[in-house]
Amino acid sequence: MFDPRSVRFPLDVFKWKIMENKWFTISVYSENNVGLLNRISGIFLKRHINVESLNVSKSEIEHVSKFTIVVFTTEDWTRKIVAQIEKQIEVIKAFYHTDEETIYQESAIFKIESHLLFDERQIQNIIKESHAQIVTVSREFFVLAKTGRREEIDEMYQHLKPYGIMQFVRSGRITVTKSPMRISAILEEFQNN
Amino acid sequence: METIKERKKAQAIQNPIKISGAEAIIHCLLAEGVDLIYGYPGGAIMPIYDELYKFQDSLTHVLTRHEQGATHSAQGFARVTGKVGVAMATSGPGATNLVTGLADAQIDSTPMVCITGQVPRHLLGSDAFQETDIIGISTPVTKWNYQITKASEIPEIMAKAFYIAKSGRPGPVLVDITKNAQFDELDFTYAPCTAVRSYTPIPKPDLRSIETAANMINAAKKPYIIFGQGVILGEAENQLRALVEKAGIPAAWTILGLSALDTAHPLNVGMVGMHGNYGPNVLTNECDLLIAIGMRFDDRVTGNLDTYAKQAKVIHFEIDPAEIDKNVKVDVAVLGNAKETLELLLPMVKENKHEAWHNEFKKKYEVEFDAVIKKDLHPTKEGLTMGEVIAEINQASKNEAVIVTDVGQHQMVTCRYAKFKQSKSSITSGGLGTMGFALPAAIGAKMGAMDREVVAIIGDGGYQMTIQELGTIFQNKVPVKIVVLNNDHLGMVRQWQELFFESRYASTVMTNPDFVKIAEGYHITSKRVKERKDLKAAVTEMMASKDAYFLEVCVEKEDNVFPMIPSGASVSDIRLK
Repeated sequence: MFDPRSVRFPLDVFKWKIMENKWFTISVYSENNVGLLNRISGIFLKRHINVESLNVSKSEIEHVSKFTIVVFTTEDWTRKIVAQIEKQIEVIKAFYHTDEETIYQESAIFKIESHLLFDERQIQNIIKESHAQIVTVSREFFVLAKTGRREEIDEMYQHLKPYGIMQFVRSGRITVTKSPMRISAILEEFQNN
Repeated sequence: METIKERKKAQAIQNPIKISGAEAIIHCLLAEGVDLIYGYPGGAIMPIYDELYKFQDSLTHVLTRHEQGATHSAQGFARVTGKVGVAMATSGPGATNLVTGLADAQIDSTPMVCITGQVPRHLLGSDAFQETDIIGISTPVTKWNYQITKASEIPEIMAKAFYIAKSGRPGPVLVDITKNAQFDELDFTYAPCTAVRSYTPIPKPDLRSIETAANMINAAKKPYIIFGQGVILGEAENQLRALVEKAGIPAAWTILGLSALDTAHPLNVGMVGMHGNYGPNVLTNECDLLIAIGMRFDDRVTGNLDTYAKQAKVIHFEIDPAEIDKNVKVDVAVLGNAKETLELLLPMVKENKHEAWHNEFKKKYEVEFDAVIKKDLHPTKEGLTMGEVIAEINQASKNEAVIVTDVGQHQMVTCRYAKFKQSKSSITSGGLGTMGFALPAAIGAKMGAMDREVVAIIGDGGYQMTIQELGTIFQNKVPVKIVVLNNDHLGMVRQWQELFFESRYASTVMTNPDFVKIAEGYHITSKRVKERKDLKAAVTEMMASKDAYFLEVCVEKEDNVFPMIPSGASVSDIRLK
């Protein structure tokens, strides 16, 4: 005899888990469209959820864009947001992942006065230890580039801060997933058409 | 006025013709089978209006008195016909006046295409006269929108607009066209859109979930169906009735599901939600299986989610994957078009009667009858009730009219008491709750169903929000029946003030004009009824009229609508007084 209880969604058990705030990376594969960024950001705005980082680039497939959006919220909200994003006409597929499920990086560049490179020996150690690159050196300033996790960039920032940073900027997070994205087959179909 | 002919299917035009963008728009509309649009001209859309003038034999343009009216008329037309409604406006204020109608169509899933003019391409972003970023403004309230800046884009975008508006879960689409794209020429061909690669309008039904649903239905002792507009939009009325009858399941409706199942059907148990029927609300928390079909668990339906149907398993038949688990966590989701999924479900469902369970609804109805319905429909006090007016209209129309309602007390009373035999017959602003919706929507509904009686039932507040559309009714001789239930108050807000704000009637008392004189100003036959003895004759006269007719009924000023689930309360805690 069929027991309807056997199909009960095990949500109550995991409720505590999906209601906990965590970092989620949302990956959106979409058509390259002028208004889509507005449409997607509106979905976050409507729910009063802050976007912690946003990156838009081309994807592995020609003419298909990829949005990488980082949010700090519950899994329940993240799932609902992803469903709303995927509902948009020009969105091909949207996914969300936890930090453990992805390889992720951010980039940062620092602009610092050139004389510090010679006057403050510690700066050279910071550059070496953080595996940062010197992009350019001019009479007035030099530029450092650092790619890594946010904590590593934050740490480098803290180390350089006492010497004075003329300008600093950090990019949005970019990620690839550890497991294959289920998008591949759909995208291949597009390419073949 | 002319009867609107059956809309043809979208047609392809293969041999290129060199025409202006403005003329191309007309050809696109004709190719999509459109023969009726609502709108209001202005500077940035004049080239298209110039073409409308030339094509007036094949395409009727109805000049509304406000762009908002154009959208609601297009919505009324869409809701009664199931076809895409079309509204048109100029740039700037013309475009922004569409926003309420777009938002209403978006939340109530109404297929609509709105076309707006825009300043020429070279002036975009220069704060030109009547320039507004309508793409940015309308994005959150449209299913899709697009700005055309080149004439050559017109055929593809227009085809896509119609396809997106009507496919899957329908919704409004806005196409903004710069003035240069209207003037410039293109080699015009037309191919209707049949697919957009990034868009899956209808998810493929999963047989396993349907089997699981069938097993749960067969095992249930107290199954209960709540159906919504998805049944009407998916044209699944016959499948719904077959399921209800075969499995013997009591079925209730959300406000937008009204008329999908004959109100006289023995298993139709009434309305759910804030002012729904007593049994359907209370028994939501007593059923063992809740079967939601084409509805979205709106907060006005569920009340407090923490106490909503917690004892029951929930099956959700739904076309939009984003609705699954959005408000109510479900045990089984059956994605797809309701017609298709119910068709697959039917053979797996065993025949059943569930008489004892059904009797519980009957018992609850008796409780509601004694506490509420008797007083509403057969009042013994002096003042007229809204309910008795609706009962008279039911009788005079033989339950065959299309009833269009506005928002507020009269809307709740009408939806509670109006009787329907035929689907697509109740048109109301559900999700957005747009006061001012009914009068223009009734125009569209009448023009979409010229063979049927269309009765707009409106409160004195909402009526004055779009009262200027009387001009549209007069100019186009739209034989719509207008009933204003006048209580000289914004009744629903007043009711909340009485119940929850210690009767502090902040800005809810209305000093109204002479509505009869206003209607007479538009040469519409009118009557005012103040006493019960005159009601029947007036309603009969109105329904017998071949032309537009305005009837004002002065009802009790401070009546409340019951039952009522106070905001945030549980469906079990519905109040009868």
